[in-house]
Amino acid sequence: MTPAAALEQDRAATGAVAPAFAWALARDLKLAFRSRAELGVQLLFYVIVVTLFPLASTPERTLLATLGPGVLWVAALLASLLSLPRLFAGDFADGTLEQMALSPWSLPALVSGKIAAHWLTTGLPVAVLAPLLGLQYALDAPALWTLAAGLLLGTPILSLLGAIGAALTLGLRGGGGLLALLVLPLCVPVLIFGAGAVDAVRAGLGAGANFSLLAAGLLIALVGAPLACAAALRIALD
Amino acid sequence: MASTYFRYSSPASFYPAARRLAPWFGVAAAVLAVAGLAVGLVVAPTDAQQGDAYRIIFIHVPAAWMSMFIYLVMAFWSALALGYNTRLSAMMAQALAPTGALMTFIALWTGAFWGRPTWGTYWAWDARMTSELILLFLYFGIIALRNAIDDPRRGDKACAVLTLVGAVNVPIIYFSVQWWNTLHQGSTISMTAAPKMASIMLTGLLLMSLAAWAYAIAVALARVASIIIERERGAMWISHLPEMRRLMSS
Repeated sequence: MTPAAALEQDRAATGAVAPAFAWALARDLKLAFRSRAELGVQLLFYVIVVTLFPLASTPERTLLATLGPGVLWVAALLASLLSLPRLFAGDFADGTLEQMALSPWSLPALVSGKIAAHWLTTGLPVAVLAPLLGLQYALDAPALWTLAAGLLLGTPILSLLGAIGAALTLGLRGGGGLLALLVLPLCVPVLIFGAGAVDAVRAGLGAGANFSLLAAGLLIALVGAPLACAAALRIALD
Repeated sequence: MASTYFRYSSPASFYPAARRLAPWFGVAAAVLAVAGLAVGLVVAPTDAQQGDAYRIIFIHVPAAWMSMFIYLVMAFWSALALGYNTRLSAMMAQALAPTGALMTFIALWTGAFWGRPTWGTYWAWDARMTSELILLFLYFGIIALRNAIDDPRRGDKACAVLTLVGAVNVPIIYFSVQWWNTLHQGSTISMTAAPKMASIMLTGLLLMSLAAWAYAIAVALARVASIIIERERGAMWISHLPEMRRLMSS
């Protein structure tokens, strides 16, 4: 093969990743937009879970400010988990997923597009809503901004890790509970550093270290999770 | 040379070896455990600071080492199973998971009993304890995923992917004591420095660690033999086994 031909082939291969990602992202966003009620239900679930804690424990302001970051992060994780079983189930049921796996487009790129759509429809609204809900927990402005920024960094990791679990449990009995058992332990570090960032700011330490660790986790997950997820999907489709 | 290694990568030739070796490792585990407990509970002196409570170290530390080490061995077999599509490696990973979960549980349980007299609490949300608890959940997740999948080959591969993804946790547990300055003490024993404990205590600890190794190997071999027999029950070589012949004739 001449160098020019090799270069041409490389260009074609790299070209195939971006369109695959964009196609899967646009398709899943369109599907999500057409069932808007479902998205609303997820967000309401998030709001209600966050509201339950002060009602069930105590409306005392200092205690709420201490609990708040953790509660908001756990609720974000649960809201992300709630929609995960549907990430691949529909495409698996009607055979679209099999066609994706057979297509010449790279499966990790297609999967990345689907995960990005999942984050845009669950993680992003949750992060945007968080400062508002944080007000109910008597958090001050710096803590609220840290919370939202941490969720913006951390919720993509939740979607990426969750997608691996969703792919592994595709079509299995007791999928939802099993999915939670697989995904929740893996998400613990995200939770610790995310809620830790807000605690650090409230203690006057600055959130730099926690944000750096979250960003490092995001980079690792961005590279590794689509590959693991595509491998898991090929196993499920075998 | 290579052919001798690869000969045992076939379940049919590994099965008799596993059956033969398992009892030997079981006996070794029993002998080492008796010796280790004798040294640890009788011979070793009472600790100046912790009194007799420290003696739980002879169970706690070997179990904690094994809980992490078994996971790494599982990750190794999982990588082989995914990379080379070998059946026996996945069976080894499957056979190790319950033992790893048991070791993690023992490490947490004995740690709670050690924490009560020395720290004044059964449980603290310390970095090492929390990450060890996550390790236990990972083992449970792997076992649950295996049980949820009916097709053994799909179960092999799915569990291998999950094991490798979860392997990120092991270095976090191991280094948690150095990274976060928390309640759990740092390592007392290291490969590079002189031991910071009385040599008789170290002897007991090493004997118990070897016992834990021998136990884990014995149980894993016995379990992998059962897994092979269960999965290969339709294969011809099973009916040629001496124990099967005896079963048929009786």
